[in-house]
Amino acid sequence: MDPQLYPWIILFAPLVAAAFILFVLPRHNVAAGAVGIATVALTCFLSWKVFLDPSLAVTAQINWIEVPGVFAVPIGIILDNLSRVMLVVVTTIATLVFIYSAGYMRGDEGIPRYYASLSLFLFSMLGIVLADNFVMMFIFWELVGVSSYLLIGHYFRKDSAADAAKQAFTVNRVGDFGFMLGILMLWLATGSIMFAGIEENLSALTLHPGYLTAACLLVFCGTIGKSAQMPLHVWLPNSMEGPTPVSSLLHAATMVAAGVYMLARIFPILLAAPDVVREVIMWIGAVTCFAAGLMAIQQDDIKRILAYSTISQLGYMVVGIGVGATGDVAMFHLFTHAFFKCLLFLCAGSVIIALHHEQDIWKMGGLLTRMPVTALCMLAGGLALAGVPFFSGSFSKDNIIEWAWLNNRTGFWITAGAVLLTALYTFRLLMVVFLGKPRADHAAHAKESPLVMTLPLVILAVPAVIAGYPWFISHFFDIPYAEAPAIAHKIVLGFLAAGAVLAALLYLRGPAKDPVRIPLFANRLYIDNFYNWLVARVQGGLAVLGSWFDRWIIDGLIVTGSARTVWATGYVLRLLQLGNLQAYAFFFGAGVLLVLYFLVFR
Amino acid sequence: MPTLGDYLLVSGLLFSIGLAGVLLRRNLLVIFMGLELMLNAANLSLVAFARHGVTAFGLPDYNAQVLVFFIITVAAAEVAVGLAIIVALYRLRQTTHVEDLDRLKF
Amino acid sequence: MLTILFWVFSVLMLASAAAVVLFRNPVNSAMSLVLSFLALAALFVTLDAYFIGIIQVLVYAGAVMVLFLFIIMLLDLKAEARRKLNIAALAGGLGVLGGFVVLIVQVIKSLPTGADQFPALARTGYSDAYDVGMTLFGNFNLPFQIIGVLLLVATVGVVLLSRRSLR
Repeated sequence: MDPQLYPWIILFAPLVAAAFILFVLPRHNVAAGAVGIATVALTCFLSWKVFLDPSLAVTAQINWIEVPGVFAVPIGIILDNLSRVMLVVVTTIATLVFIYSAGYMRGDEGIPRYYASLSLFLFSMLGIVLADNFVMMFIFWELVGVSSYLLIGHYFRKDSAADAAKQAFTVNRVGDFGFMLGILMLWLATGSIMFAGIEENLSALTLHPGYLTAACLLVFCGTIGKSAQMPLHVWLPNSMEGPTPVSSLLHAATMVAAGVYMLARIFPILLAAPDVVREVIMWIGAVTCFAAGLMAIQQDDIKRILAYSTISQLGYMVVGIGVGATGDVAMFHLFTHAFFKCLLFLCAGSVIIALHHEQDIWKMGGLLTRMPVTALCMLAGGLALAGVPFFSGSFSKDNIIEWAWLNNRTGFWITAGAVLLTALYTFRLLMVVFLGKPRADHAAHAKESPLVMTLPLVILAVPAVIAGYPWFISHFFDIPYAEAPAIAHKIVLGFLAAGAVLAALLYLRGPAKDPVRIPLFANRLYIDNFYNWLVARVQGGLAVLGSWFDRWIIDGLIVTGSARTVWATGYVLRLLQLGNLQAYAFFFGAGVLLVLYFLVFR
Repeated sequence: MPTLGDYLLVSGLLFSIGLAGVLLRRNLLVIFMGLELMLNAANLSLVAFARHGVTAFGLPDYNAQVLVFFIITVAAAEVAVGLAIIVALYRLRQTTHVEDLDRLKF
Repeated sequence: MLTILFWVFSVLMLASAAAVVLFRNPVNSAMSLVLSFLALAALFVTLDAYFIGIIQVLVYAGAVMVLFLFIIMLLDLKAEARRKLNIAALAGGLGVLGGFVVLIVQVIKSLPTGADQFPALARTGYSDAYDVGMTLFGNFNLPFQIIGVLLLVATVGVVLLSRRSLR
């Protein structure tokens, strides 16, 4: 087979699988799963082949929409290092999640629907990875949103799940609006939607710094929405209503990372823009990172702790875009985070299934002895997340923090402080779930999960440990390491130790309930309540306005008004029917007079 | 010698008087008489034109006079039928006052 | 001579026509109308239309007006009572009339042949019944027959309309 076709097969095979499952296998659970897993394994295999073959063509295109001379939107594939690595990450993790799902979703009533949606998601995500122009990326961006909606709402009979799906889509839409405006601004200025085309015309753009700043910040809005930065982060914790494998694949490893991937893709544009753009990006990332950490330390649902952790780590990646020398600084953390966060979520799913869908950590405990494999894998993931030295997370996270030291000292302190919070909530999670005595019956009778679920855990634990080492990562990225003074690294280690010690003091003895209770953090800084209030107000106000308009202007003025006008005209004309013979004769005579006048004298 | 214009002027005035009778009188029969005046005015102008348009034989243009003959005949028939209607109306409503006939009023 | 006769009979005709409109008693109106017709017949004669003049007297003054008088007597119409003048209606009617008069005068004035004298005839004082008859039964025979049918229809219609109950 011609290697030139590999990228196209990688892109479209999941779509074919989704259609096949939907139309041919809607009632065959096992067959649907088999088709899904086979397809994703194929894409994974081909992705590794593409990755290992650097001589493959860099771009290829289908002309999709073309208005000659005016406008052309191709479906194109770009295969530079960035997209190759992302292909490998996405497909590998997807394969493991697909296999894990076979065990997790056993007994569910919508398995074919699930695999079809997952395949659709894979298609959309690969489209974002391989896109070579803004419009194609935006189309697949929206498709990913649709897949996310379908998957979050998988348990659609539950009101909370349906609402969470709607919220995810709507909040994303808000960000995408800014994204679209940014794309339009860039297209207007450069006449091209291709990434390469825009980068060629950068020199002309830099003459208008204000315009370029606005365009870049608007494009960043897409990331704020998709990667759950503040203030559009509210959808991600609620997306935990979906099945856990979905949470791990979409809302930890790949979809949310698409925002960061996009920024890395347009990094040359961000470099050419005035410094204020990257400063704003950094600030939003830093605030998100710290605030999400604050919210995570008081959550009681195992998946929500991990969700806020994801938001916090995404904040790190965005900071990396803001302060790093190249986009690879953030991509490094994206790479390691994908593996260990996916691992953490899958382990959480394993625990949840073993405890019969229990998600409250204060009903767990003592699972170290009962579920050793899961416990050890989760420990590996947790250590990577906290940034403990020798684990993958520390390499990527510390690199970002040291770049912050070099470029923005305040940002350094914020991200370093978040390290304390990260350690705190991570060790809190691990200690409460696995150590101490079981706090409920299900916990006491928990058993280790079957092999189909534990095998992906073990496989993922390996990169969670080793993915950060230079001898490993140099195959994937060319990372610029920050030349920061040793004091920065020591400060970070100090924060890490402080967090670990604090967690140990509070939770090591296995208390029955949380000794610390900070309502502000537990209630997520009341941001969700604020949004609810705002939407109710705004929407309520608009509804009142709309109803007034509908009743008075459309119904009253236009509909009734036109009817009344016709009636009134008829009434007036009817007054001419006098029934009086001579009146008729008079009108007749007058009419004749006029006609004669006009005929004879004009 | 009176000219054609004189005769036409007289005819026009007669027509106007007839029209006045139709518009201004309330009695149905007098209105009818006004109608007859209008018809006669038309006859007068026709005869005047007949006298004016002398043919090669030195005779008036008798075509117009034949038309006048027809008009008189038809007017007679019309009077007969019209008066029959007025009588029937009188039998029904006991009035010849035109303002009392307002059944078609809105 | 002819001019004087023309003016006398024209004035007579117009005056009696005005009288038709102005009298309040319908019988008086009918008599004035008869007088007007007679004057009109005289005008026909001044135009050398002898046959038509006689027909006018016979049919109009003789038959039509008699019928009118019959009906007036039958319905026993009284003189119209004086009534309040409706200024608006009066004004409207007179306006239309005035307009008509003005219009007619203008048209006649602008007629190119209006100032012509009548051409001389080959013979005068001659009964033209023969010539009219030839034209009538020659060129206009079909219309003549149709007029006959029309009169029949009118007769039937009148008989029908005068029944007590329209069965």
